[in-house]
Amino acid sequence: MTGQKLAPNSRPETGAFFQRDREWHPPAFTPGYKTSILRSPRRPLVALNNTLSELTGPVFGHDIIGELDNDLIYNFAAPGEAAIGPRIIVHGRVLDERGIGVSGALIEVWQANAGGRYRHKNEGYLAPLDPNFGGGGRIIATEDGSYSFRTVQPGPYPWPNGPNDWRPAHIHFSIFGHGFAQRLITQMYFEGDPMIWKCPIVRTIPDHHAIEGLTAALDMQATIPMDARAYKFDIVLRGRRSTLFENRLEGN
Amino acid sequence: MAQTLERLKESASQTAGPYVHIGLMPNFCGIGGVYAHDLGATMVNEKTKGERIRIKIRVIDGADTPLKDALVEIWQADAAGLYNSPSELRGSADPNFSGWGRQATDMTSGECLFETVKPGRVPFIDGRPMAPHITAWIVARGINIGLHTRIYFGDEEKANAQDPVLARIEHRNRIGTLIASREGDTYAFDIRLQGDDETVFFDI
Repeated sequence: MTGQKLAPNSRPETGAFFQRDREWHPPAFTPGYKTSILRSPRRPLVALNNTLSELTGPVFGHDIIGELDNDLIYNFAAPGEAAIGPRIIVHGRVLDERGIGVSGALIEVWQANAGGRYRHKNEGYLAPLDPNFGGGGRIIATEDGSYSFRTVQPGPYPWPNGPNDWRPAHIHFSIFGHGFAQRLITQMYFEGDPMIWKCPIVRTIPDHHAIEGLTAALDMQATIPMDARAYKFDIVLRGRRSTLFENRLEGN
Repeated sequence: MAQTLERLKESASQTAGPYVHIGLMPNFCGIGGVYAHDLGATMVNEKTKGERIRIKIRVIDGADTPLKDALVEIWQADAAGLYNSPSELRGSADPNFSGWGRQATDMTSGECLFETVKPGRVPFIDGRPMAPHITAWIVARGINIGLHTRIYFGDEEKANAQDPVLARIEHRNRIGTLIASREGDTYAFDIRLQGDDETVFFDI
């Protein structure tokens, strides 16, 4: 593993983050996704230019990462056993809106098993649990923002929204960049899945380009022959302004 | 035609869903053995400097019901007002204080509890001191994009009155939604997603 530290001569960036494009993200109130109705703020957000409280953020070291944290096929499995399902590698880069790799980004993932069942007490889908699959993993991106993990492709599953709504196969992603204002949770979908466009949660996103941006591409060049197919999924966090001509922060 | 800026678009947010614990707090939901402990569950140790406090948070929906599947993260300065972050260039924060915590609301009571220290004051963009505060970020099923708010302290009336962020809130009767009330060493902070007392959320 490389890239656990910033290069010695690179001063951390302290510029404000680009304004979040609220037309691109799903709005809070999306009646097609029923749970949002009572959980959506109705008043305008109060605009706040980034202060140190938003510009800074926690950064995680490799000491938190265990050997199998990036391998969901084995990180919950009994010794000598493995999770059941189509074996895949998910890889890509965490970039910011300037196209710069976000070094050391922490990526945490969770998902259903190959049958579409989550290991969770509130989950009641009749598909069986896989005794060798927990469903969570985490990775710290390298210096250039690259990451990869191995898992089984999750199954689609029904959920209580409309009488017959199904989630497309997906993996949940939580990402920390360099500032708390970059904090993001999203979901990765799989290229070619016709369920994507029917899903009320996907359809909270107003722009189909934004949905395509959450759809991982089958990447045959990154497969491991006779082992696992690969999907490429780049994640983009907010960019930040150059500090060159910016008013200095106090004490800076 | 002009040159293109060649900027990327931020990945669109999606809800954390009801099973967020599997990925972010597996031990909390009974998935043991993957991670030794849940990240962010502990913010302080015996050497952490500052006044020990607890913050009890509820996230309440538009039907006045606490969410039992929400996840709350907090981010704050140490007792001296320094952030434990590479972007903190004013000095070195307390090495025994992470400044970041993560808790899930209880599946029965809907409460979550952070054990932390009271943060020091941090300068605003123009150098004026902000009142002590904690940044909070809330995700849950039904929340399409994480909500940012701030927790201020009810026993800091003078600092709150001069705080440059609170001063920007046009509807003065909403400021109270950002102020936690103290009882002993515990502050209570209710985050209301809707209604007359809807919490102020920030577009940062």
